[in-house]
Amino acid sequence: MPRWFYQLASPRWCYQITGKLLPGFAIAAGLLILFGTVWGLAFAPPDYQQGNSFRIIYLHVPTAYMAQSIYMTMALAGAIGLIWKMKVADMVAKSCAPIGASLAVLALATGAIWGKPTWGSWWVWDARLTSMLILLFLYLGIMALNSAIESESTAAQSTAVLALVGLVNIPIIKYSVDWWNTLHQPATFKITEKPAMPPDMWIPLLILVIGFYCFFAVVLMMRLRNEIIRRERRSGWVRELLMQQRG
Amino acid sequence: MPMLETKLQPLAVLEPDSDTEYRPGRILLLTLKRELRLALRRRSDLVNPLIFFLMVATLFPLGVSPEPSVLATLAPGVVWVAALLSTLLAMDSLFRSDYEDGSLEQILLSPQPLFVVVFGKVLAHWMMTGLPLTLMAPLIGVMLFLPAEGMGGLVLSLLIGTPTLSLVGAIGAALTVGLRKGGVLISLLVLPLYIPVLIFGTAAVEAAVTGLPVAGHLALLGALLALGAALAPLAIAAALRISVSG
Repeated sequence: MPRWFYQLASPRWCYQITGKLLPGFAIAAGLLILFGTVWGLAFAPPDYQQGNSFRIIYLHVPTAYMAQSIYMTMALAGAIGLIWKMKVADMVAKSCAPIGASLAVLALATGAIWGKPTWGSWWVWDARLTSMLILLFLYLGIMALNSAIESESTAAQSTAVLALVGLVNIPIIKYSVDWWNTLHQPATFKITEKPAMPPDMWIPLLILVIGFYCFFAVVLMMRLRNEIIRRERRSGWVRELLMQQRG
Repeated sequence: MPMLETKLQPLAVLEPDSDTEYRPGRILLLTLKRELRLALRRRSDLVNPLIFFLMVATLFPLGVSPEPSVLATLAPGVVWVAALLSTLLAMDSLFRSDYEDGSLEQILLSPQPLFVVVFGKVLAHWMMTGLPLTLMAPLIGVMLFLPAEGMGGLVLSLLIGTPTLSLVGAIGAALTVGLRKGGVLISLLVLPLYIPVLIFGTAAVEAAVTGLPVAGHLALLGALLALGAALAPLAIAAALRISVSG
C-alpha cells in the first residue's frame, strides 16, 4: 500500500491537504461552470426540433451524471471505511450523501422543467426519470439510517453496508426499470431523436460536466473539513488550529 | 467464588472432536427447527401479515372502483404491492426478539458460520410469511377479478419472488435491529431495493393474463433469488455484527 494511502487515514493530514487543494478546485469549478454556461446558454446553436428549450441539457445532464457518480464515490468510500477502518473514508461517505441527494433533486427538477415543453407534462413515468427518483430514495434511506444511529462509527459502518447493497442493486434497478417502461409504453415518451450533436453543442456540455466534477470536489472537501474539525474537536491539533485562528 | 463460576458457564459446551456437529447442513436444519418452533409459539405474529395483506387488498376496490374490469387490470399490481408491504411489516420481528433476549449475541459469538444461521433464519421467516402469502394470493386474486389464466403466474411469481423480498428485507432488519424506531426506517431502506422484484413479478402475472409466455419473467425472478441467496446473507451477517457491537 503506498504511503499516501496511509497518510489519507490521518484526519490532520487530510485537513491540511484539502486546505491546499480547495482554492485550486474552487477556481477551476467557477471558471469552467461560468464558461460552459455562457457558451451553452448564449452561443450554442438551438436544436432543430426543440429550439431553445433544449438548453436546459447544460444543467440537467451534469447534475444527473453527478448524482450517479457521487453514489459510486460514497459506496467506494464506505467500502474503504469498512475494510481498512479508515475514519476519513467514513467521513467522506457521510459527506457525499447530502450532496448526491441534492444533485439528484436538481436533476429531477431540471428534467421536469425540460419535460413540460418537450413532452407536454411535468412528469412522465419514463425509465430514466424513474431510476433517478429511485436513486434519490436510496440517498434518502442512507441519510435516514445515518441520522438514526447515535454512535458515529456504527452509523458509518451501517450506512456503508447499505450503500454497498444499493450499489449491487443500482444496475438491476436500472435495467428492470428500462425494461418495465418498454413493456408498458413502447417509445411513446422519447426525447425527440437528436442528430449527432455538433461540437458547438457538446463541447460546452463536456466543460460543464468537468466543472460540476470540480464543484463536487469543492463541496465535498468543505463538508469533509467541517466533519474532521467536528469529530476531532477534542484533539490537540484542532485546538492549536483554533488558537492560531483567534490570533 | 463458586457463584461467579457458575454464572460464567458457557451456554453450549464446545466439543472439538465431534466436528460432524458443525456441518453447514445440520446447522441450517437446527436453525430452521428452532425458528419454526419459536414462530409456532407466537401464532398471532403469523396471522397478522396475512390479515394485513387481505386488508390492503380490500382497500383498493373501496378506494378506486368496484368495477370488475378496472379491478382486473389493477389486480396483478395490487396483489404484488400488498404482498410486498406485508413482508415488510413482518420484517421488523425477524431479529428483534433475538436481539432483546440476548440470543442474537450468542448466535454471533457461536463458532458456527453466521452465513448459514442467517440463511436459516431468513428461510424460516419466509416459510412463515412469504409462503402463506403466496398460498393466500389466489383468494385475493379472485376478490379483485383477476382472470383465471393469471392465477398460475401469480402463485409462481410470488413463490419465486417473495424469498428475495425476505432476503433483502432482512438486510434492512439487521441494520436497524438496535434502533428503537426501526419499523419505519426499514421501509425507507428496503422499498427502493424491492422495485426490481415488483416489476418482474407483476410483469409475470400480466403476461400470464394475456396468454404470453411467463417463463422469461420467472427466470429473471429466479436469477434475482439466486443473487439474493448468495449475497444477501453476507450483508445481513455484516450488518448484524455492526448493529450488535455498536
